[in-house]
Amino acid sequence: MKKLVSIALVLVLVIGMFAGCGAKKEETPAAPAEQPAANPDANVVFDNDDTPFDVSTLTADEIATVKVGFIFLHDENSTYDLNFMNAAKTACDNAGVSYVIRTNIPEGQECYDAACELVDDGCNIIFADSFGHEDFMIQAAKEFPEVEFCHATGTKAHISNLPNYHNAFATIYEGRYLAGVAAGMKLNEMIAAGEFTAEEAKMGYVGAFTYAEVISGFTSFFLGARSVCPTVTMDVTFTGSWYDETAEKEGAQNLINGGCKLISQHADSMGAPTACEAAGVPNVSYNGSTIAACPNTFIVSSRINWIPYMEVMFGRIAKGEKINADWTGTLANGAVVLTEVNEAVAAAGTVEALEEVKAELINGTRHVFDTSTFTVEGKELTSYLADLNDWGDYTGETEIVKDGAFRESVDRSAPAFDLTIDGITLLDTRF
Amino acid sequence: MNNQKVPLIHLTKRKALPWYAAFGIRAAAIVLALIVCALVTTLLTGENPLQIYATMFAGAFGTPRKLWILGQQIAILLCIALALTPAFKMKYWNLGGEGQVLIGGLAAAACMILLGKTLPNILLIPIMLAASVLAGAVWAVIPALFKAKWNTNETLFTLMMNYVATQLVAFFIIVWESPKGSGKIGIINQATEAGWLPIIGGQKYLLNILIVAVITALMYVYLKYTKHGYEISVVGESERTARYVGIKVEKVIVRTLILSGAICGAAGLMLVGGTDHTITTTIAGGRGFTAVMVAWLGKFNPLVMVLTSFLLVFLSRGASEISTKFGLNQSFGDILTGIILFFIIGSEFFITYKINFRKSAKKEAE
Repeated sequence: MKKLVSIALVLVLVIGMFAGCGAKKEETPAAPAEQPAANPDANVVFDNDDTPFDVSTLTADEIATVKVGFIFLHDENSTYDLNFMNAAKTACDNAGVSYVIRTNIPEGQECYDAACELVDDGCNIIFADSFGHEDFMIQAAKEFPEVEFCHATGTKAHISNLPNYHNAFATIYEGRYLAGVAAGMKLNEMIAAGEFTAEEAKMGYVGAFTYAEVISGFTSFFLGARSVCPTVTMDVTFTGSWYDETAEKEGAQNLINGGCKLISQHADSMGAPTACEAAGVPNVSYNGSTIAACPNTFIVSSRINWIPYMEVMFGRIAKGEKINADWTGTLANGAVVLTEVNEAVAAAGTVEALEEVKAELINGTRHVFDTSTFTVEGKELTSYLADLNDWGDYTGETEIVKDGAFRESVDRSAPAFDLTIDGITLLDTRF
Repeated sequence: MNNQKVPLIHLTKRKALPWYAAFGIRAAAIVLALIVCALVTTLLTGENPLQIYATMFAGAFGTPRKLWILGQQIAILLCIALALTPAFKMKYWNLGGEGQVLIGGLAAAACMILLGKTLPNILLIPIMLAASVLAGAVWAVIPALFKAKWNTNETLFTLMMNYVATQLVAFFIIVWESPKGSGKIGIINQATEAGWLPIIGGQKYLLNILIVAVITALMYVYLKYTKHGYEISVVGESERTARYVGIKVEKVIVRTLILSGAICGAAGLMLVGGTDHTITTTIAGGRGFTAVMVAWLGKFNPLVMVLTSFLLVFLSRGASEISTKFGLNQSFGDILTGIILFFIIGSEFFITYKINFRKSAKKEAE
């Protein structure tokens, strides 16, 4: 019994310490519980901007006031981080600002710590590149109101009430749509060559997670392909991770085994492209060209060019101007780009066709999410409440279908398209 | 003919070395490690090794904030190592620290999410503590009961419990994730701070450091001066002896593992409630395994383990600073850490064993 008593004693001591501290907390700030108003959405103002900035107009004195910190989820082995990192270096060198890069920062307290350390280092503008960094960037932004925090792919800037916290994304769905056109043309070429019938034209897609950023991406890719190859269908598999080379490779291989004739992906390792190269299946890549590793299967890749975004942020902070809650890169402002088409693999005429479609997307004669081009559960989409104000309530509040199109990345930079349209089959949404 | 039976090298166990000799060997190992690191650095990167070492120090100690982060990371690693220590002393190989921390963290996160809106912190935090400690203890005691009853292999069992814990956390992340499908919970109760452990003295990490300091002292006393501690050493030395002198081995195993798991659970609480305020499958970050090294290098002495956990955290913080400052990949820092650990662990071998070479055949002939 004595033994049990002493063990209990140890626990009681520990418990006592926690409880004691808990009590202290209660005395000081009497629970700073900001009770959300009855309808928090009523006060939300969308503040999305897409104007570029010419950094060559900055004076040397203005440039000297900017010091940039970058927080990256992975390192250069991840295609997404590499693309962001290359943009960071180029943008900083072009503008002549000094910078510090932190790689391999997980989506946890490490991100907050890294942000604070960058502030200590003298950075007055800090970028983070991964969706899960958002809440930790907000923590840091609350603590350092004099420093600007810029978070790519996040959703909460316009509801955060923090003038120094900002989100950014790009209309990459337009880039994916163009890449989809190239994929559809390749399928048409393979059908014409008698490799399979039009009904067998099925694409595969390896996605990371099952939320809007990924869904919007594969849907636009699919719509692009279907705009030229009307019989195409698509299977989508998920890995549950942004970077899991083995899972991405296996995912791609399973899709190929399941009869997919062409693969694309939205996950950041070389897993899917290398699986395609090994199997000899054409691949539409993301984040950058994979032609060096996959010369016989790489068709084209869409990617976000983050340089215009960074230049806007550098410029605004150097001039002391207001930075909007959201900034969205587009085809027009140069943030959405395609890599060179690999003409050895792509169908003949791809380059010219892409130029045409791109021009239509820019001048507004074609919309990616034109509601007449797809159905959800057999019906045309006429109304949809999107959850743009992400309070964690999972309920949409903003009507996003207007004038026959889903207004993706108009009110808020981050994607909101999270519907499964007919023609796409989700294989394993539980990862 | 005769001398063929003598191997070229054979090892004998040393009698206890005088402390200065043991420390001499350790110091020599560290110096050698630094020289090898310097060579590797210069050959692979062309950077000046002295600058690299200076950067490591700057990364660990450079600013007050870095010192606090260092302290916080030492505290968590040390806490898990302290949890494993009584089990290890008993020669019960608890490799389930990772899972016990995760499940403790999951319990804390569940309380924060489910009760955060209804209970004030003064009630919520004790409930979180109880839940985490209980969850950790349950996670550790399941393999212990199997070991005590049916003598199952605890190494495999505790390892497998890690995977179960990881999958449970992954499952609940999908239940609680925001937005749906993103695989992230994000910071829990960011607006209300419900269930966040209090900040004392204006320092975010001070509370965790103090808690672990107290646990360290208690663990030292527990192992060294209590009857329980004595029973643990006897069971560790020989179960038969323990039975012979009337110690109920099964009871000691179960009791010790409850303690082990409870402290791991508390570490989970400190991570979820104290610092990160979220739960991910990687929140323990492999520390359940690194802690094994901390405990072994510290020879299961809680006070020495403070130094060994400091060493490991210092190396990792330094390595990350190197990759930032020199634009090298994180892996380069890990290579240096690996080299240094190789030499330090190797030196323990030379402290325990003596190497005897066969006398040369020539001499033998004369």
